[in-house]
Amino acid sequence: MTLTVPQQSPPAPQSLQPTGWLRYLSFSVDHKVIGLQYLVCGFAFYLIGGALAGAIRTELVSPISDFMPRDVYNQVLTLHGTVMIFLWIVPVVNGAFGNYLIPFYVGARDMAFPRLNAVAFWLIPPAGLLLISSYFITGAAQSGWTAYPPLSLTTPAAGQIIWILSVLLLGGSSIFGGINFIATILKLRRPGLKLMQLPMYCWAMLGTSILVVLSTPVLAGTLIMLSFDIVAHTGFFNPGLGGNVVVYQHLFWFYSHPAVYIMVLPAFGLVSEILPIHCRKPLFGYTTMVYSIMAIVVLGLVVWAHHMFTSGTPPWMRLFFTIATAFIAVPTGIKFFNWLATLWGGKISLNSAVLFSCGFIVNFVLGGITGVALAQVPFDVHVHDTYFVVAHFHYIVYGGSVFVIFASIYHWYPKVTGRLMNEHLGRFHFLLTFVGFNLCFAPQHWLGLNGMPRRVAEYDPQFQLINQFSSVGALLMAISTLPFLWNVIASAFRGDIAGDNPWNALTPEWLTTSPPPVENWKGDAPLVTNPYAYGTPENEIDLSSVTGSDIWRNGQ
Amino acid sequence: MTSLTPQDQIEHQLQHHEEEHPDHRMFGLATFLVADAMTFAGFFAAYLTFKAVNPLLPGAVYELELPLPTLNTILLLVSSATFHRAGVNLRQGLNERCRYWLLATAGLGLAFLISQMVEYFTLPFGLADNLYASTFYALTGFHGLHVTLGALMILIVWWQCRTPSGRVSASNHFPLEAAELYWHFVDGIWVILFVILYLI
Repeated sequence: MTLTVPQQSPPAPQSLQPTGWLRYLSFSVDHKVIGLQYLVCGFAFYLIGGALAGAIRTELVSPISDFMPRDVYNQVLTLHGTVMIFLWIVPVVNGAFGNYLIPFYVGARDMAFPRLNAVAFWLIPPAGLLLISSYFITGAAQSGWTAYPPLSLTTPAAGQIIWILSVLLLGGSSIFGGINFIATILKLRRPGLKLMQLPMYCWAMLGTSILVVLSTPVLAGTLIMLSFDIVAHTGFFNPGLGGNVVVYQHLFWFYSHPAVYIMVLPAFGLVSEILPIHCRKPLFGYTTMVYSIMAIVVLGLVVWAHHMFTSGTPPWMRLFFTIATAFIAVPTGIKFFNWLATLWGGKISLNSAVLFSCGFIVNFVLGGITGVALAQVPFDVHVHDTYFVVAHFHYIVYGGSVFVIFASIYHWYPKVTGRLMNEHLGRFHFLLTFVGFNLCFAPQHWLGLNGMPRRVAEYDPQFQLINQFSSVGALLMAISTLPFLWNVIASAFRGDIAGDNPWNALTPEWLTTSPPPVENWKGDAPLVTNPYAYGTPENEIDLSSVTGSDIWRNGQ
Repeated sequence: MTSLTPQDQIEHQLQHHEEEHPDHRMFGLATFLVADAMTFAGFFAAYLTFKAVNPLLPGAVYELELPLPTLNTILLLVSSATFHRAGVNLRQGLNERCRYWLLATAGLGLAFLISQMVEYFTLPFGLADNLYASTFYALTGFHGLHVTLGALMILIVWWQCRTPSGRVSASNHFPLEAAELYWHFVDGIWVILFVILYLI
C-alpha cells in the first residue's frame, strides 16, 4: 500500500499530564482527551436540548397553551435553539471530531496550540451552565436563538444579557478552535504530506475554520452592540431612538448563515471518511470535493440576506441573494453525487455507521431541496416564519449533522475504546431515529405550507392532528437515545475487542493502536499519501504518484 | 542537498522537526488578527449602513472636530515607526536602545489615549444621545480598548527585556514581534476608522 512506516524511535519521555479517567476532567492539552471532552460535554447538552424539544412538542400536542405558560414556552424554545446549535452541534462536529482526528490526519502529535485548545474547550461548560442556570435564576432569554431586536430589547433584560454573555463565550471558544485548526492543517503537516493528499475531513475543517474566523467575530461585535442597547439604552437597533433593526439582521445572518455551514461542512467531511471505508472504494471525485468545499465557503459568506426576504429588502438585494443561494446547490450537489458514486458498486457493509450515513444523504437531500425552494423569493415570502422553515432547518441540522454525529460515533468508537459497539442495538437505534425524525419533521412541511406560524405556543385547532403526529415522532426520537446510551456504556466494558484496525481502513488514525497512545504514534507518524486506495489491487498502485487523486484517475 | 532523493529530504525534515519544535505562534496571531479585523469590519459596516439609510433625528447633536483626531493619527503612525526601531535594536542585541524605543512607543500610545479622553470630554454628546453618538463611542471605544491592551503588552515586553539574558532578547524576540504586529494592526484600524468616522 502507499504507506511508509518509519523505523521505531526511542520511547517518548514520561508525560506530565494526568492519566486515568481523571484527565477527562482536567485542563489536559492532549488533543484526544480534548476531543472526547467536547463530545461528552456536547452530548450532555444534547440531552438537555432534547428535553427542551420534548417540552415544546408536549405543549404543541394541544392547540392551547396548557402544558406551560406562554413566556416559559418562549424561554424553552430560545434555550432549545441556543443549546442545540452552540453547545451540541457546533462543538461536536468541529471540536470533538476535529480535535480527535485532525492531528492524526496531518501526521502531527497534537494540535498547533494545545493550551489554546484546552482554553477553547473549557470556555464551553461555564457558558452552557450560565445559559441553563439563567432559566432558574432570572428567567432565560425569550427572543429565540436569533435575538432579533426590538423583541430582544423588550423582553426581560437579565435573561437576554446572560444569553449574550454565554454566546460571546461560545463564540470565543469557536474562534480559538478555528485558529487552531487552520494552523494545524496548514502548518503542522508531516513533511512529505501534500495538501491534496489529506483526508477529506481536513479540507472540510479548513473550510469551516475559515468561516468561523471570518464570521464569528461579526456576531460578537453585533451582540456587544445589542447588549449596549439593552444596558446603556443606546439606539443601534432601536427604531425609537433612530436606530435600525435590519442592520442587526444583516450582521446576525452574516454569522448565522455561515453557521449552518459550520455545522454541516464538518459533517460532509466525516461522511466522506466513513463511506469509502465501508464500501471498500476510493472516495469518488476527491478534487471536485475539495473545490466544492471551498466554493461553499466562498458562496456561504455572500448569501445571508436570503433569511431576510420579508425584512423590506430592496429588489436588487432579493435578486442577488436568490441567485447566490441557488448557486450553492451546485457544489453541494457535486458532493452529494460524489457520495452516491462512492456507494455505487461498492462492497457496502450495512453497519450502523453506514446506515446513519445513508440516512444523512436521504435527509440532507430533502432538506437541500426545501432549501433551494426557500431561496426563491415568491415562495419564501409565502412560508416565511412558518413551520416549513422549521422543517427545512431540522432536516439540515438534525437529518444532516446529527445523523453524521451518530454515524461517526459508531465508526470511531472502536478507535477510542478498543471495543466495537453492538450492531443490533445500533441498527435498532438507527431505525428508531430515522422513523422518529421523519415522522416528527416531515408533517411540519405541510403545517408550514398551510400557514402555521413558528415559535408560538398556540395554534389553529385544524392543525392538531398533524401536530400530534409530529409529537409522536419526537417521542420516538427521545426513546431512540436509550438504546444508543446503553450501547455506548455497555460496549465500553463488554463490547467485542476491536483490534487496532477493525475496518481495515487506510486513514492514519487506524494505523496506530486502539486506543492510541499519548502523542499518537510509538514511532514517527506514517506517511499516508493516498488515504482512499481501497479496492485497487496492490500491484496497480503507483507508489511514486505525486497526488492522492492520481491513483484512481489512472488506475481505473 | 542536491544529492538527496525526495525521500531523504523528507527524512531530513522529519528529524529536523523532531529537534526544533516549529514556531507557529506568529501564524496563529495573524489568524487571530484577521478575526479581530472582522469584528471591526462588522462595526464599520453597521456605521456605513446607518449613515446611508438612517438620517440623524431632528434635534440630535452630532459633530466632530478634526484637529485632535489628526494629532491622534500622527501619534499612532509615529509610534509604529518607534516600535519598528525597537525591534531592529533588539535583534542586534542592543537591549538598552530597544527599551528606550519601547518606552517612546508606550508613551505615544498613552498620549493617544489621553488625547482621546480629552476629545470624549469636550464632545457635545454622550453615549446614548443618538445613533451616531453611540456608534462613535462604540467604534472609538473598542479601538481604544485595543490601544490600551497594546500599551500594556509594550510595557510587559519593556520589563522582560531589561537584561540581554532576559525573557525577551535577541534570541527570543517573539513577544516583541507579536506585540509589534498587534500594534501595527491597531494603527491600521485607526487609519480606516479615522477616514470613515471623521473624513467622510
